[in-house]
Amino acid sequence: MEFLVAHGAALLFYLFAAIALAAAVVVVTMRNPMYGAIALLATFLSVAALFLLRHAEFLAVVQIFVYGGGIMVLFLFVIMLVNLHRLRELRLFGQHSAVALGVVLLLVALFALIFVNLPLGPAQATPGAFVEVEGEALGNTQAVGWKLFREYLLPFEIASVFLLVAMIGAVVLGRRD
Amino acid sequence: MLEVTTNHYLVLSALLFAVGLAGILTRRNMITVLMSIELVLNSVNVNLIAFSYQLADLTGQIFAVFTIAVAAGEAAVGLGILVALYRLHATTELDVATELKG
Repeated sequence: MEFLVAHGAALLFYLFAAIALAAAVVVVTMRNPMYGAIALLATFLSVAALFLLRHAEFLAVVQIFVYGGGIMVLFLFVIMLVNLHRLRELRLFGQHSAVALGVVLLLVALFALIFVNLPLGPAQATPGAFVEVEGEALGNTQAVGWKLFREYLLPFEIASVFLLVAMIGAVVLGRRD
Repeated sequence: MLEVTTNHYLVLSALLFAVGLAGILTRRNMITVLMSIELVLNSVNVNLIAFSYQLADLTGQIFAVFTIAVAAGEAAVGLGILVALYRLHATTELDVATELKG
């Protein structure tokens, strides 16, 4: 019990990291995309928990709302819209999968080598780093909103235009002739 | 002893990225490929949050918001293309998409 209390954050990290990775592998290997979509939801929720452990509370909730709510529903709708009854007869992987997998394994070995040995030093985050607005501790949402609308207003507006363009594009692509 | 450092997050993010990339490169079903792209974008967010914590800087979280917005737009357009492909060929296998104008 003392061990659990002392290392709670680390154990939670390993738990959610394991769930996220296992679910990601399920997403990629499942024959039926419906099972893959449910596994993807598990990955999204685990990543949201990992955000919480890094004091990104606003991002964790946005992750659950946008990914778990919006994008997930979009995927499930489309999976139900298209007819997948011939799924059993189809080959799962493309022709050059072995080569691609080899390249990806090389890449992950390179990443691991770099990231494990990266001399970053201790994290500099202080208890108030993500909740303070002009020296006053208000909350993560306020802090993100303050920075977003003060320093990153133009990118925010561009993002809204981007979303409008994406919406129009999706409507045009999806309409019947 | 059991301490989670930024390196832990970076390794997790690299593994998630690799799984997603493997899905994009090897799978034939377009729905699964789109889901793998979401995995890759999510791994980028993990990286941004980890460095935001490492540097005690909120900018990483702001960038993650933009990544999520881009992911939402990408999913909408990608699934739109998927529906258009299905109307044309009655399948979601990527191998059939060999023409620019059907």
